[in-house]
Amino acid sequence: MEFLVCISKAPDTTTRIAFTDGDTRFNEEGVQFIVNPYDEWYALVRALEIVEAQGGKVVIASVGGADCDPILRKALAIGAHEAVRIDAQPQDSAQVAAEIAAYAKGQSFDAILCGKETIDHNSSAVPAMIAEHLDVPCIALCTSLDYEAGKAVMTRETANGIEKVAVNGSFVLSASKGMAEQRIPNMRGIMAARTKPLQVVAAQGASAGTHIAQFALPPEKAGVKLVDADNPAELVRLLREEAKVI
Amino acid sequence: MKCIAFIQTKAGQASKASLEAAGFAAGMGETTAVVSGELTGDGGLGNAGVSRVLQGPADLDDSQLARLVSAAATQEGADVVVCAQDHLGKAVAGRVAVRMQAGLVAGVTEAPEGAQFTRNVFSGKASAQVKGTTDKLVITTTPNAIGMPEGTGATAAVEAFNADLGDRKVEVLEAAQPSTEGRAPLPEAELVVSAGRGMKGPENWGIVEGLADAIGATTACSRPVSDIGWRPHHEHVGQTGIAIRPNLYIAIGISGAIQHLAGVNGSKVIVVINKDPEAPFFKAADYGIVGDAFEVVPKLTEAFQVL
Ligand SMILES: Cc1cc2nc3c(=O)[nH]c(=O)nc-3n(C[C@H](O)[C@H](O)[C@H](O)COP(=O)(O)OP(=O)(O)OC[C@H]3O[C@@H](n4cnc5c(N)ncnc54)[C@H](O)[C@@H]3O)c2cc1C
Ligand SMILES: Nc1ncnc2c1ncn2[C@@H]1O[C@H](COP(=O)(O)O)[C@@H](O)[C@H]1O
Repeated sequence: MEFLVCISKAPDTTTRIAFTDGDTRFNEEGVQFIVNPYDEWYALVRALEIVEAQGGKVVIASVGGADCDPILRKALAIGAHEAVRIDAQPQDSAQVAAEIAAYAKGQSFDAILCGKETIDHNSSAVPAMIAEHLDVPCIALCTSLDYEAGKAVMTRETANGIEKVAVNGSFVLSASKGMAEQRIPNMRGIMAARTKPLQVVAAQGASAGTHIAQFALPPEKAGVKLVDADNPAELVRLLREEAKVI
Repeated sequence: MKCIAFIQTKAGQASKASLEAAGFAAGMGETTAVVSGELTGDGGLGNAGVSRVLQGPADLDDSQLARLVSAAATQEGADVVVCAQDHLGKAVAGRVAVRMQAGLVAGVTEAPEGAQFTRNVFSGKASAQVKGTTDKLVITTTPNAIGMPEGTGATAAVEAFNADLGDRKVEVLEAAQPSTEGRAPLPEAELVVSAGRGMKGPENWGIVEGLADAIGATTACSRPVSDIGWRPHHEHVGQTGIAIRPNLYIAIGISGAIQHLAGVNGSKVIVVINKDPEAPFFKAADYGIVGDAFEVVPKLTEAFQVL
């Protein structure tokens, strides 16, 4: 089984978000970067589990500049076999998906695993876009992946609950919580990652379909109004008459 | 401007998130809705501002739905396709964008204003103004953000529609098992009651559910609570769980860590119940009660019931 796992670089979840250049650019100064949690905890770990049980390999790919190499090394330390960096600054989901699809077209992966969304841009768009470029199904928001009698069997979240589906042939999925448990890289993995292949491939020059004109931080809250613990009826009144939410 | 709204239906009616998407589209231009399968009357779409409804076949997978929607967009000469950023929207919108060579602005949170769209970034810690750089555009709308369209009272004409959809590639082995019994799904919920590690154990969730039942809210939880198995994964909200924006979010025994706040600070009103007056959540709250949840929550439930 050969999997391609799409890895995105994301700011650490504790990052206090700030912008520069007239609020047109994310201020990366002092920011710690991590592997996007959905890509790491769920997509990568599940791919590794299946390969450990059935043989094969896990290739990770990221669209990004040299600043992505440390996060690719981290994913290698967790157990991925090879890394590919598609050398372009990521601009939007359309560009990223086109670059990943162009790379995957020349290979023969059984499946392409993505996270359900990046925690910085939150688009949830790249997986479906890759799938359309490759004309394969996309199973969005998967909570499990198994192979039964040569078929990939997945559970996914739908508007009505959890649904079990199967596909023949290759596919793309986006991984949601439940698919696997987070793995902490050990010393041996970290040492091994240093010598694993990290290939840099030229980008196709795919173009973006959107442009961010301006960022903004949410308005500050006015401050909390405290209600006495013995008088919850007052809270009910405030919610009805002042906030008018109920 | 001409728009297509891709609509998801439930028991023949457009879902709430889809009606919001339809209203958004109608705010931009003349809108034709596309549905797959069952529809009762016009499914409520005329009232949301849609002028015509194209009804495609039922039981399509994501790739077939994308073909249906893009074929409709081509037929109608549409500039913009809008759908809800829900489970199905996430599977279909990206495919439609690729087929139409259109940019995709995902998860828009405000009514359209010119050619610039507002969406959340950094898991709700910030917002961005985004422009399309292509002739055509696909937009998805965040559920419960834009608000329901004002009813026009009109009815839309429904026409059968089909296109070359290719074969179905995804086989459904077991139909969806409901995960939220009788309650609104979290991303669409207007009222949410959420609890954290302060509840001490799963056996104490009765008072949380009691409060949720009293006001018709959906239940949610913090990440550690679902990680240790006190509550199911689908209730986990926050940066690495579901991002929600209800009208009212009541947080019980949750400290208010930055990763938790990231997924809930789009809520219109936040109420925090915590025994620690220094809990960081109070800084993000509109209303708060400092007190022991085991005493406060049953009393609050009662207060909702009598009033
Ligand atoms: C990469 C990463 C991603 C994360 N993503 C998320 C996420 O998406 N969502 C999320 O929620 N967390 C997330 N977290 C975890 C987050 O950092 C916090 O650890 C978590 O939110 C804390 O959960 P809690 O508030 O339930 O528990 P605690 O922090 O233990 O807080 C319990 C609170 O309950 C109060 N309390 C105790 N007893 C009572 C009582 N009797 N009555 C009233 N109050 C009481 C305490 O005062 C305390 O404030 C993430 C962490 C990391 C590292
Ligand atoms: N720059 C990137 N390089 C590789 N994969 C990416 C990149 N950006 C996004 N992805 C993948 O696409 C998923 C969804 O991202 P998004 O559509 O941006 O929310 C992520 O969880 C990753 O698996």
